[in-house]
Amino acid sequence: MTETLPMAGPAVQVNAVGLARKEYQGNPSTLCQGCGHNSIANQIVTACYEMNLIPEKVLKFSGIGCSSKSPTYFLNRSFGFNGLHGRMPSVATGALFADTSMNGIGVSGDGDSASIGMGQFKHVVRRNVDMVYIIENNGVYGLTKGQFSATAEVGLELKKHGINQYMPIDICMESIASNATFVARSFAGDPKQVKELLKAAIAHKGISVLDIISPCVTFNNESNAYHSYSWGKDHEAPLHELSFIPARDEIMVEDIEPGGTMDVELHDGSIIKIKKLGNDYNPTHRWEALKMLEEAQRENQLVTGLIYVEPAKPSFTETYNLVDTPLNRLAETDLRPARETIAELNAMMF
Amino acid sequence: MNQKVVNDFSITVGTVNGSGSSTANNTILRAIFKMGIPVSGKNLFPSNIQGQPTWYTIRVSKDGYLGRDESQQIVVAINPASFARDLAGVAPGGAFFYADDIKQPVTRTDIAVYPMPVKQIIREQTEVPSNLRDLVSNMVYVGVLAQMIGIDLEKIHAALDFHFKHREKPTMMNFNAVKAGAEWAKANLTKTDPFALEPMSKTDGMIMADGNTAAALGAIYGGVQFVGWYPITPATSLAESLNDYLPKLRKREDGKHTYAVVQAEDELAALGMSIGAGWGGLRAMTSTSGPGLSLMTEFAGLAYYAEIPVVIWDVQRIGPSTGLPTRTSQGDLTFTAHIGHGDSHSVILLPGDVFECFEFGWKALDLAERLQTPVFVLSDLDMGMNQWMSKPFEYPDTPMDRGKVLSEKDLEELKGNWGRYLDKDGDGITYRTLPGNQHPLSAYFTRGTGHDEYAKYTEEANVFYRVMERLKLKHETAKDYVPAPIVHETRGAEVGILAYGSTESAVEEARDQLAADGLKSSVMRVRALPFSKTVEKFIQKYEQVIVVEMNRDGQMHQLLCMDFPTLAPKLKSVAFQDGMPASAKWIREGVLKFAKPAKKKVAPTKKITVKKSKTPAKKGAKK
Repeated sequence: MTETLPMAGPAVQVNAVGLARKEYQGNPSTLCQGCGHNSIANQIVTACYEMNLIPEKVLKFSGIGCSSKSPTYFLNRSFGFNGLHGRMPSVATGALFADTSMNGIGVSGDGDSASIGMGQFKHVVRRNVDMVYIIENNGVYGLTKGQFSATAEVGLELKKHGINQYMPIDICMESIASNATFVARSFAGDPKQVKELLKAAIAHKGISVLDIISPCVTFNNESNAYHSYSWGKDHEAPLHELSFIPARDEIMVEDIEPGGTMDVELHDGSIIKIKKLGNDYNPTHRWEALKMLEEAQRENQLVTGLIYVEPAKPSFTETYNLVDTPLNRLAETDLRPARETIAELNAMMF
Repeated sequence: MNQKVVNDFSITVGTVNGSGSSTANNTILRAIFKMGIPVSGKNLFPSNIQGQPTWYTIRVSKDGYLGRDESQQIVVAINPASFARDLAGVAPGGAFFYADDIKQPVTRTDIAVYPMPVKQIIREQTEVPSNLRDLVSNMVYVGVLAQMIGIDLEKIHAALDFHFKHREKPTMMNFNAVKAGAEWAKANLTKTDPFALEPMSKTDGMIMADGNTAAALGAIYGGVQFVGWYPITPATSLAESLNDYLPKLRKREDGKHTYAVVQAEDELAALGMSIGAGWGGLRAMTSTSGPGLSLMTEFAGLAYYAEIPVVIWDVQRIGPSTGLPTRTSQGDLTFTAHIGHGDSHSVILLPGDVFECFEFGWKALDLAERLQTPVFVLSDLDMGMNQWMSKPFEYPDTPMDRGKVLSEKDLEELKGNWGRYLDKDGDGITYRTLPGNQHPLSAYFTRGTGHDEYAKYTEEANVFYRVMERLKLKHETAKDYVPAPIVHETRGAEVGILAYGSTESAVEEARDQLAADGLKSSVMRVRALPFSKTVEKFIQKYEQVIVVEMNRDGQMHQLLCMDFPTLAPKLKSVAFQDGMPASAKWIREGVLKFAKPAKKKVAPTKKITVKKSKTPAKKGAKK
């Protein structure tokens, strides 16, 4: 139905589906000035625009918390569901059965996913539900004004809560432990990488976990805090430079540096082009990924990039062998057994 | 021997759970059913996999009473651990069959006693492999009983053939054990008890099923597409029946599926998934029991406020807390009626039997989409897990009601002039679009936070108030859609009885007893909340309305008093719960506390109760 779109005003640049960037925007953010979440929302807008997604083909999901407010800040033309604290995964799991051609984008936070929602998070990963699962990770509860989250580092001091005593939960490690098929970490202060990872995550068929360090400028942005802008900038250690190449684009010869790049092909033929940076990290090895994360934690590095990818595994809804028509467009004749079956049914009882 | 008692007695079998006795007991039940005699069976089982005492009670009733009978005329004792109490539980003049390897004293002289060499007989059945001997040995008591009270062996064969899905080998192996038991009894026992079965034709055209299966089948005929569930007794078999029957009843030539059943990680996720699917436009449901419903509370509130269609079956067991996981109750009513924090009203369906479990199975899906709200169906363990004779299931008499949904074409015609929570029709029910709708103005944002008529976030006091008032109006509208109560008026009735759910058969039996006592009653079986006008009128009509239910606090009584405060003085509560299904006895006694027969004095006339004579202490001990 793209032909019915409002197209008033002077000619603006449009993407391959004829939409201007503003068609991907949401409402103005009500989060704090400088919040990392705003930067991520902007990159979601750009990624969807550049991916030529039709907004009506996207479903947005979130739980409760600052991060979970952000689906209203992008893709106003997409359906959204802001559910319960920690329960976004289950709502998304059910909703994505309605029409499996939809792209699910979920936004959660470290409180929403790593504490109250840890169970649902692990299970949505384990099921390989086909959606992008963004965790805007700032180590702190914002809406309730500055309590420790489960991803806060040992020794972090917060005004009203003293010093954190517990080792943080590493969302990427938890994801890999639950057999995630796409795991990446990024930093809201590195928008280019966020965007490329978002695109790859959207293209990936199955769960794509994006753990994005997204500083809370109000409650947890002291320069020595692991989730602050300055710490992130000083300690970010990208694993590689990566760019996402959609299926229909030709791969330019000059992009390839022999020995220094690696291509990961996704199910739709799109490619994540990985330019190595001084190490030989291979994101298709689960064990190496866990080892790398363990080392990064010991060395206090904010390792970013594509940590693990397994493109071939079937997504959750694929395992159900559903009809081609979206389930929510089936009619009574598809759903209610024929009248004559009732006699057979009664005969099946004793 | 006393006067012959035909087709009117109860049989209780005491065995060890996990020993295969349920096959034997179901066989007895089904064979009697096939003899045309009204019969009901109740499994009284422990929360355990193997090794604990379990009882199965079969009530044979020529008059068609299917409720629990508190007396036990025939007792079969197979379990040494419960032998003494099983023996003590036999009604005076009753019959006691026991496995003779139990070396415990039989001290009673007021009953007929029949030892059965179960182990010896099964050892002689050489076709039974030693690893199956214990399981098949249950068939020996079936055979002995068949011989002694007159169960038709052909009908037993039919029951076994059904149970083993028409497989010849297991059917015959078990049937031969039945025959061996029967032959032994014929040769060795002399009948000294009065109980006998004689064929009737009162079950012609009837089927036998359990409520959970019926609910699942009803949902399939309601076009269910998504089921998120989590195992919990006594609801588990509902979801398992969906898994059993969906592939058969919704089979397509291309082999593809029009549904998905997902076993969730817990009840929160089970309802969360179902809500996601309901929001997405699928006919979605979950099934659970009390503790699961507690976990679903927050999501239920979300679905109420965000107005998402979903069906929640609660097969009730007795609480609070873990309670007795394998005992029945009607204890979740007030909790469900206002589930969730803040102001909320639930639409609740109350099936009264297996037939209605099927009917409400499909109807609930219609109502959920029509009313855009969670629809709860309160069944219970007794209805859900026990086998009941029933009218055959009836094909839905109305087309599917998908409610107020706007398509791309509708939006084009409206030129996008719509609001998700805008009440255009004045009935409190608004229009929705479904994800996947490709119209650029189709999308809206669903949230549990404050929202206006266009689904926009708001904290405005007047808007929040307005939306909540509309939800109240919608609940009023629901009264026109939910199943109406069933009323049986008796000319000259002195008292009204109001009941619901699985107590139906016991209530009917109690009413017959009360009539014999000289107390005429009318009855209303409420089948849904919110209460319709008919409920109010019924209460108005009688000087006293006695509300009968299986819980401690009289929850239906409470809700009625809340909804009809001016009528509250007329409402009396007969509420009782100990985990056992309702019996006519406690209903009758409860009613008589409030209403006295006009004509003659109430005397617990032997005529009415003699065959239900019982020993309260022993019954109590058994629980």
